[in-house]
Amino acid sequence: MVSKPRSGFREIEHTADWELQVWAPDFLALLEQAARAMGILLEITLESTPRLHRSFELPFSDQETLLVDFLSELLFLGEDQGIAFDKFELKMFGNSFYASLEGAAIKDQAKEIKAVTYHCLKIRSTAQGLETNLVFDV
Amino acid sequence: MVALGDLKKINDYEWEIPRTFRADMCVPVRIFVSERLLADALRDKSLEQAVNTATLPGLVGSVVVMPDMHQGYGFPIGGVAATRYPDGVISPGAIGYDINCGVRLLGSKITLDEAHPYLADLASALDHYCPSGVGKGGHLQLSEKEIDQICVNGARWALKKGFATQADLRRTESGGRIKGADPRAVSARAKKRGRPQVGTLGAGNHFIEIDLIDQVYHTQAARAMGLVEGNLVLQIHCGSRGFGHQICTDYVRSFQSAVQRYGIDLPDRALVCAPLNSPEGEHYLAAMRCAANYAFTNRQVLAHWARQAFEDVLAGKVNHYHLHQVYDIAHNMGKIETHQIEGESIKVCVHRKGATRAFGPGFEDLPDEYKKIGQPVLVPGSMGTASWVLVGTEASMQRSFGSSCHGAGRTMSRTQAKKTIRGTDLHRDLESSGIHIRAGSLAGLAEEAPAAYKDVDAVVDTVVNAGIARKVARLRPVAVVKG
Repeated sequence: MVSKPRSGFREIEHTADWELQVWAPDFLALLEQAARAMGILLEITLESTPRLHRSFELPFSDQETLLVDFLSELLFLGEDQGIAFDKFELKMFGNSFYASLEGAAIKDQAKEIKAVTYHCLKIRSTAQGLETNLVFDV
Repeated sequence: MVALGDLKKINDYEWEIPRTFRADMCVPVRIFVSERLLADALRDKSLEQAVNTATLPGLVGSVVVMPDMHQGYGFPIGGVAATRYPDGVISPGAIGYDINCGVRLLGSKITLDEAHPYLADLASALDHYCPSGVGKGGHLQLSEKEIDQICVNGARWALKKGFATQADLRRTESGGRIKGADPRAVSARAKKRGRPQVGTLGAGNHFIEIDLIDQVYHTQAARAMGLVEGNLVLQIHCGSRGFGHQICTDYVRSFQSAVQRYGIDLPDRALVCAPLNSPEGEHYLAAMRCAANYAFTNRQVLAHWARQAFEDVLAGKVNHYHLHQVYDIAHNMGKIETHQIEGESIKVCVHRKGATRAFGPGFEDLPDEYKKIGQPVLVPGSMGTASWVLVGTEASMQRSFGSSCHGAGRTMSRTQAKKTIRGTDLHRDLESSGIHIRAGSLAGLAEEAPAAYKDVDAVVDTVVNAGIARKVARLRPVAVVKG
């Protein structure tokens, strides 16, 4: 039997918006996996050079809120600066979250996400780690 | 999931989920739907989301659901909910991220026959003048001060800048300016996102479409609107762009803690809310009105570019190429209105998400020429099918908080649409059926294929048979510009 990869995502049927099931061994890996999945949904391709770096800090209140905040920040950077990321260094220190990201200018983006929603958002523990379902308003 | 057996049939076009269905419901759910469309609705979570909505504190009457309903996030698309003012709640998620997403209809004296040779050029000119697609800025790069002016003045800003006429504003919901907007309630990030996007269409299901008036059903109303069978009209469907998306994102985020402060227990965090008379509720209402005014301005500026496109292509070739405003109406909005509920006149905040205000004859907010016929209700279909012009009725005031449907409503997921429909095939089929298509992305086109939507004629027949709207005219697309 082929075992499920430790990190991954799949699209779930949703009549109007996009829904993803995302899973990873721990919370920071889940954030990274969700960010990568969102980039794939947006059909983003990056310029090969120059490589660009951005970092930011977000407050932590609960895991679901941080997940929404993190992805919303990436959407904002995409729209405001035309930049997306493919390398993620994510850390938690106490009640603060730090993201250090590497990427490049967006060469092409086919789709648009209006917002990351809280719809039925719950990060669940599984035998392999964590999983959640995310709904994006498109 | 809600099943057919959970519903009580009132008549052929009206059903109810009683308040007793779930212990946390404050009011019942009233559904305007035919049996055929109900089968679609029961396949997704729209009715479950309507039941969740029925738990919001301060609701009055019923949560109302339109026949174009489909699953959204938190609150169903096609939903209407009224909360008592000022002690009921306001919920940003029950209005949506695209605040004042809506439709503008422009009429003309141009006949299809005379415009036919130029339709392809018109589609290209609209595509050129009206920026569309992912992340596309517009012809305007506004300062933060100008964004603040738009927040407060709405489409009046466009009038001052030469993008509008007095007649345009008169035939826009609330004159294109909702009072009580306060730019101080809007984040710097939202203003930054809003600066380059005034006069842009965006992506997704937003479009500009030239239609033929296929059939007139209500001569008096059509005459008042300047709609003549055989003539062309133009529809613009879009909203408040990144400005509105950011305002909703900001307030859904801040309301996560507000619900805890006010001891509000909800079945879904997407429904977070705050009392209308709380500082949080007042700030959101003020910010939401800024986004509403931004969206009125956005559609007004797009209408200006569309007029330029028509002039460029048709000047000297047809006699009357001017586009006159028929109406501009929101379908994602929260508004303070007074309604008769169980014989009592009550001030409420009506949340409409994917539902159109449909005031009947005689209402103050309507221009004089529409007071006798009722407010125009604009119902776009999908790009290969009909769209409709309706008017609100007295019954809509009594039974649906003066609301009606907003479109066809999706029935197929985007994933499924991409799997079953090829953008290139769809583009070819639409062009061969005489519809000129200009689309930013073929994959995006496939997601918006007519097959992904319900039968708009069946949706319209339902609201008409239920008595909450009346048919004025049926429109048929001849050119479509998609983001």
